[in-house]
Amino acid sequence: MNYLIISAVLLSCGVYTALTKTNAVRFLMGIELILNAAALNFVAFSRFSEGAFNGQLITIFIIIIAASEAVVALAIILNIFRFRQSINIDEAHTLKG
Amino acid sequence: MHAAFSLLVALSGVAVLYIFLGADFLAATQLLVYVGGILILVLFGVLMTHNIGAVTVNLNTGQIVLGTLTSLLVLGSLGLILYRNVWFRHSDLPFEPTAYSIGESLMTTHLLPFELASVLLLAAMIGAVMIARKEG
Repeated sequence: MNYLIISAVLLSCGVYTALTKTNAVRFLMGIELILNAAALNFVAFSRFSEGAFNGQLITIFIIIIAASEAVVALAIILNIFRFRQSINIDEAHTLKG
Repeated sequence: MHAAFSLLVALSGVAVLYIFLGADFLAATQLLVYVGGILILVLFGVLMTHNIGAVTVNLNTGQIVLGTLTSLLVLGSLGLILYRNVWFRHSDLPFEPTAYSIGESLMTTHLLPFELASVLLLAAMIGAVMIARKEG
């Protein structure tokens, strides 16, 4: 059960980081924290249930998805920085009507 | 920058927790992929988009208060769920190496997510190269 508490604390830290920071790279770090908290939750549940490895398999896929999403997000952030010289996500609102 | 190094420590901590939970292959994968891959990418992102000089710190205090409130709400509701439930916990199984069983189930029963994950990685690589390319 302690692992679930750790994962809940990580989740709330990730949510705070994802909601508050205006830097785009910090926002990405918050998302990574959230994903790690969910993965830790999965592995903890898989450990304390009878002999099934499903939680660890799902965690492998979480790691894969997080990797691909971080790659694409950083490519977009680099592109935005090239155009605007700033990665403040509050300033990237040219698509807004 | 310091935030990226704190994230490194946090991700390594999660890898150590995986070892405590008996997921040895997963701990190694987490260290290799997250710390050695994604975190290096994040560090590149931090270093390449570093605003030299003009650091406009517009601390919107309403935003910070709302963010703290939301995160405390999430933590509170999760803590309520955790502490009110009776967690059914099996006896501690002995630790056994998981690499073989994970590989076997990835190749036999979980083949479809495996293939889809490889397609996803290919698409992400192609997409990232296309997005970050210089024009012309």
